Amino acid sequence: MKPAPFEYERPESLGEAVGLLAEHGEEAKLLAGGQSLVPLLALRLASPSVLIDLNGVRELDHLRLEGDRLAIGAMTRHRDVEEMAELRTRCPMLVEGVSLIGHVTIRNRGTVGGSLAHADPAAEWPSLVLALEGEIDATGPEGVRTIPAEEFFETYFTTALAPDEIVSEVRLRIPESPRVGSCFLELARRHGDFALAGVGALLELDSSGSITDARVTLIGVRDRAVRSSGAESVLVGARPDAEVFAEAAEAIDPEIEPVSDIHGTSEYRRHLAKVLVRRALALATERAGGV
Amino acid sequence: MSDPAHPYAPAGEPGSPPVRPANYVGQRLRRKEDARLLTGRATHVADLRIPGLLHAAVLRSPFAHARIAGIETEAAAAAAGVVRVVTARDLEGRVGPFVEAARSEISPLLNEKIGPTLKSCPMPVLAADRVLWVGQPVAAIVATDRYRAEDALELVQVDYEPLPPVSDPERALEPGAPVLHPELGDNVQTSFVVSVGDVDGAFARAERTLSARLVMGRTAANAMETRGVAAVPDAGRDELTVWDANARPHLVRTFICEMLGMPADSVRVIGPDMGGSFGTGMFPEDVLIAFLARELGRPVRWIEDRRENLSNTRHARDQIHQVEVAFDGDGRILALKDRYLIDAGAYNNYAITVSYNSAAHLRGQFAIDHMRVEALSVLTNKAPVTPVRGAGRPEVVFVMDRIVDLVATELGLDPVEVRRRNLIRPEQMPYPMGMPYRDGVDIVYDRADFPGQLNRALQMFGYEEFRREQAAARDAGRRIGVGVSSYVEGSGYGPYEGAVVRIDPRGHVTVATGAKPHGQSLETTLAQICADQLGVTPDDVTVRAGDTALIAHGIGTFASRSAVTAGTAVGVAAARLREKVLAVAAELLEIHPSDLDLDHGAVAARGAPDRRVSLADIARAATPGPRAKLPPGMEPGLEVVYYYVPPTVTFASGTHVVGVEVDEETGFVRLLKYVTTDDCGRMLNPTIVEGQVHGGVAHGIGNALFEEVVYDGDAQLLTGTYLDYLLPTASDVPPIAVGHQEEFPSELNPFGIKGVGEGGAVSPPAAIANAIVDALRPLRVHIDRVPIGPEGLYRLIREARAASRAG
Repeated sequence: MKPAPFEYERPESLGEAVGLLAEHGEEAKLLAGGQSLVPLLALRLASPSVLIDLNGVRELDHLRLEGDRLAIGAMTRHRDVEEMAELRTRCPMLVEGVSLIGHVTIRNRGTVGGSLAHADPAAEWPSLVLALEGEIDATGPEGVRTIPAEEFFETYFTTALAPDEIVSEVRLRIPESPRVGSCFLELARRHGDFALAGVGALLELDSSGSITDARVTLIGVRDRAVRSSGAESVLVGARPDAEVFAEAAEAIDPEIEPVSDIHGTSEYRRHLAKVLVRRALALATERAGGV
Repeated sequence: MSDPAHPYAPAGEPGSPPVRPANYVGQRLRRKEDARLLTGRATHVADLRIPGLLHAAVLRSPFAHARIAGIETEAAAAAAGVVRVVTARDLEGRVGPFVEAARSEISPLLNEKIGPTLKSCPMPVLAADRVLWVGQPVAAIVATDRYRAEDALELVQVDYEPLPPVSDPERALEPGAPVLHPELGDNVQTSFVVSVGDVDGAFARAERTLSARLVMGRTAANAMETRGVAAVPDAGRDELTVWDANARPHLVRTFICEMLGMPADSVRVIGPDMGGSFGTGMFPEDVLIAFLARELGRPVRWIEDRRENLSNTRHARDQIHQVEVAFDGDGRILALKDRYLIDAGAYNNYAITVSYNSAAHLRGQFAIDHMRVEALSVLTNKAPVTPVRGAGRPEVVFVMDRIVDLVATELGLDPVEVRRRNLIRPEQMPYPMGMPYRDGVDIVYDRADFPGQLNRALQMFGYEEFRREQAAARDAGRRIGVGVSSYVEGSGYGPYEGAVVRIDPRGHVTVATGAKPHGQSLETTLAQICADQLGVTPDDVTVRAGDTALIAHGIGTFASRSAVTAGTAVGVAAARLREKVLAVAAELLEIHPSDLDLDHGAVAARGAPDRRVSLADIARAATPGPRAKLPPGMEPGLEVVYYYVPPTVTFASGTHVVGVEVDEETGFVRLLKYVTTDDCGRMLNPTIVEGQVHGGVAHGIGNALFEEVVYDGDAQLLTGTYLDYLLPTASDVPPIAVGHQEEFPSELNPFGIKGVGEGGAVSPPAAIANAIVDALRPLRVHIDRVPIGPEGLYRLIREARAASRAG
C-alpha cells in the first residue's frame, strides 16, 4: 500500500495553484485534506503524475458568517465549521451533518472544498450545500465562476468543475427565523461510516403552525446527493403531522435510486431513507417550535 | 472442603518445594510494560533500524482458483531499485514444504481415542502451478525500498487460466464439485466423530425434539499491528537473526530450520513488542523472508499491509451446524446431535485444533449425558482459517445457547430458568464429560459453581428489574431485551512452557520464558509471581520473553495458556531458586536454612533479623570464581531452568448478560449494558483480568454485530479494506461490568490459575443474539446466523410480522 511515484508541488497562492493545474492538466490531482485521495493513492486506485498540495494556500482557509451568508473557504477543515458556536442553535442541520463526517481526526484534516470536489454520493457536504441554497466558486485560468449547488453535482465523483478549475469558496444561506427547525439524521453501520442513508431536513413554520418552507435532502441513495422536490411540495402549506411526514417520505420514491452493496441492499436503503425522512421531519418540526 | 480432589491434581512437583503464599499475586498492580507501550517507545519489527536493509513486497493472486501458465519477471527484475525477484521455481529444492504445524502437535492419545481422518496438503510458500485463494503469495520482490518493490510488482506478468472456484462449503461436498487438491480425492480435509452416552436411545425416549441450522460467519483476527518479519544474515557464519511479529518465536525457528535446512542454534528468532495477535500461526512469509535474507546475504524486511492482512491473515470461525436436540417437558436437555462443517479455506495447517475445540466445548456448562458430533473441515477457495481467540468455542456456545433459548420458547419458559435446570451443579464437580480433550486426556471439569455464577451475573445485571423495565418499554413501543450466555474454556493448553529465573550479582532478578506476550501483560504478572517466591518486589524483576536465545524450548502465547503454563513455570523455578538462595545464605550466615527467611531482598535469621545477608551478597557468593562461597558440592550460579508440563487443561468459565434495544423499524441494535462474571481461578492481577475481559467482549461484539469476511459466489473477497470489514469502535462497546468468582482456584497447578485471555470473546455472539430475540419475543424472531447486521435483522422482523399476520 505505497503510492506510485508522483511529482509534488506546493503552491502558496490560489493563482499559483491554478497555474500549476493548467500546466499539468489531467495528469495532476489536487491534494486538500487528503482523507479520500491519500487512501486512493496508497491503494494505487489513483496514480496522478503530479500532486498539487493546496495546504500552503492560506487564502482558501477562511470561515465567515455575515448576516445570513456563511462563506467557507475551500481549505476550511470540517471541524472548524462543526465548532462554530453561532451555528449550533441557528442551523443544527449543518453542525449535525458535519459532525457525522468520519471521526474527529478525519474532520480535523478533511476540508469542505475537498469533500465538494470529490462528490461522494454518500458524503454529507453536498446535501448540506443543496439544502442551504449554496453556491460554489470555481477558480480557473479565466477567473472565478459561481456555480449553484443544484448544477454542481453531476454523478458519482463527478462535478461541473472544469479540469482546470479549483473550488475556492462555498457560500450558504443560514436561515435566521426562530420558527425554522432543522436536523440531520443518518443510519450507518458504525459511527463515522458512510451512511446507508442520510437525511437533512429544514422546516419553517408560520404563526399558525403551517409549513412555509421545507428542504429535504438525502445522501447515500443515488449517484449524487438529492434534494427532494417531491417531499418538499407535500410539506409546503401543510400542517406538520405524522400523516404528512409519511406522505413526504413516500414522495422521495421516484427521486432516489439506491445501489446495493454488502452493507445494505437497494431496497433496504430505500426503506431507511423513508424512515429517516419521517424522523427528521418530526425532529425539525419540534425544533421549529411546532409539535 | 470435603469435595473430592480433582483426579488430575498433582501430588506436588517432584523435587519442588511448596510455593509461598501470594503477596503481590492478586494485587491490582499497574502494568510494568505500560511506560513503554503507552508512550510509543515500544520496538516493533517496523521500528527496527537495520543498516543496509532491503524491503520485500509480495505479489498475490487476484483469482480464487486458477492455473498458473507462466510468470514473466524480467521487466520487474530490471526495474529501478530491484535486487531480486523470486517465484516458486526459485525455491524449488531449496525451501522444504510448509509443514502442517498442528499435525505434528496432535496428541497421539487423542488420535488413538477418536481416530480422526487427517489428510495432508502442505501449503507452498509461493504458489507454483495453481493459486487457490485471492491473496495467495505468488512472487516476492526485494528492492531498496518498499515503494520501488511495489512499483515492480506491477511489472510482473502472471498468465492465469481461471478455474471454477469453490465458494460454498456445502456445495464443495456435492458430487461433481471441483476438488481443490485432487490428490485428496474430495474437499474434506479432516473429519471425526465423537460419541458420548446413548444418543439414539435418548432420542427414542425423549418427549420432544427440535432441530436447527446455526451458522457463524467468517471473521478475522485484525491485530492492530500487522504481521512483519525482518531477517538479518550473518553470512560469514551462515546464521540468521529473525525478528518476527509472531506469538510463537520457537515455532518460527523450527519452521525456518526445517525448511531451510539449518541447525537450530544458527537461527535466532526474536519476537519484539507486538500489537496483538489474537491467534497463532505460521505463514509463508515467516520462512520466505528468512530465505531471501540468507540468499542475498543482506537484511530483508517485509511488513504486511492492511490489505494483505485482510485477505490472508487469521481468518476464523465459519462454521455451519445442523443440530438436533432431545428434551423433556421441563426443558431438561437429554441429548444432542450436531453435524458441522468448518469452511477451512484452501489449506488447513491446524488439523482438528478448531473443529475438536468445538466438539469439546459444545455442551459447555450443561449436564447433557448423550451427545454425538460429526465434524468436517471442508476446503474452499478462500484464505485458510486459523485458531483465533476462542478458536471453535464462540461457534458452539452460540449453537448451545440458541438451543437453550429455542427449547424455552417451545415450552413457554423463561430461558434463564431452562438454563438453570440444565447447568452442572457444584456438588457434581469435578465433573467428567465422557470424552477426551484435545490433548487426549479425558475431560474432567475443575471445581466451579455454574448456578452461582449465573445468579451473580443476573444480580449484577439487575435481571428482575430489567424484566419490569422491559414490560413498561413494550407498552411504550420500545423493544428491549436481555440475553444470557455461558461457557467453559479449557485453558493452559500444553504441552509445556518453561522459565529461566536468574539473580544477578546486584540482586536483580531476570525471568525468561518461551511465552510471548502481545497484550497479555506477562511482564507484570510473571514478575508478581516471581517476586512472591523470591521475597523481592515486582520492580526487582525483569521479565524477558520472545527470544529463542533466552530459553532452549518454548511454545508461545495463545490458547489462554500463558498465565497457567508460563506462570507456573516461573513460580516453580523461582521457588526452587529460593531454596538455593537459602542454602547459600545458610553457608554465609552459618545458620541452618530452615531457620532463615527470604524477604525484602535479603535473607535473615528467623528471630534475629540483624543477622542478614542481601540477595546481592548471596548472588556474589554464588558467582563462580575465587570469591565463591557455596555449600560443599553445590554448583555455582543463581539460575534455575524449569519446564512445566501441565497434566491437562484447566477449565475456566464465565457467564455474560447483555441488555439490548432493537429499533424495530430499521433493524439497528444498541447495546445498553454488559455484565460478565468469570471464574479464572486465582487472579494474578484483577485489573489485567478485567482488561482481558473488556477486550474479549469488544472482540465478541464485533463477531456478533459488525465483522464479517465476505466472499462473493466466485470466492472474490469483498471485504479487502476497513471500509467494508467493520471492527467495533469505542462507541459500539457499552459499559462492561466485570465480576469474578475466586472461590475455585484450579487444583491442577500450585498457583490455582485458570486462563482468561479468550473467554471474553466467547459468549458475546450468543448473548447478543439471545437478547435481540428476547427484545422481539412477541414477534417470535429466530436468529440462526451471526454476525447479524441491521438489514439481516430487519428482514427477520419483516418475515416474522408477515408470518404472524398470515397465522
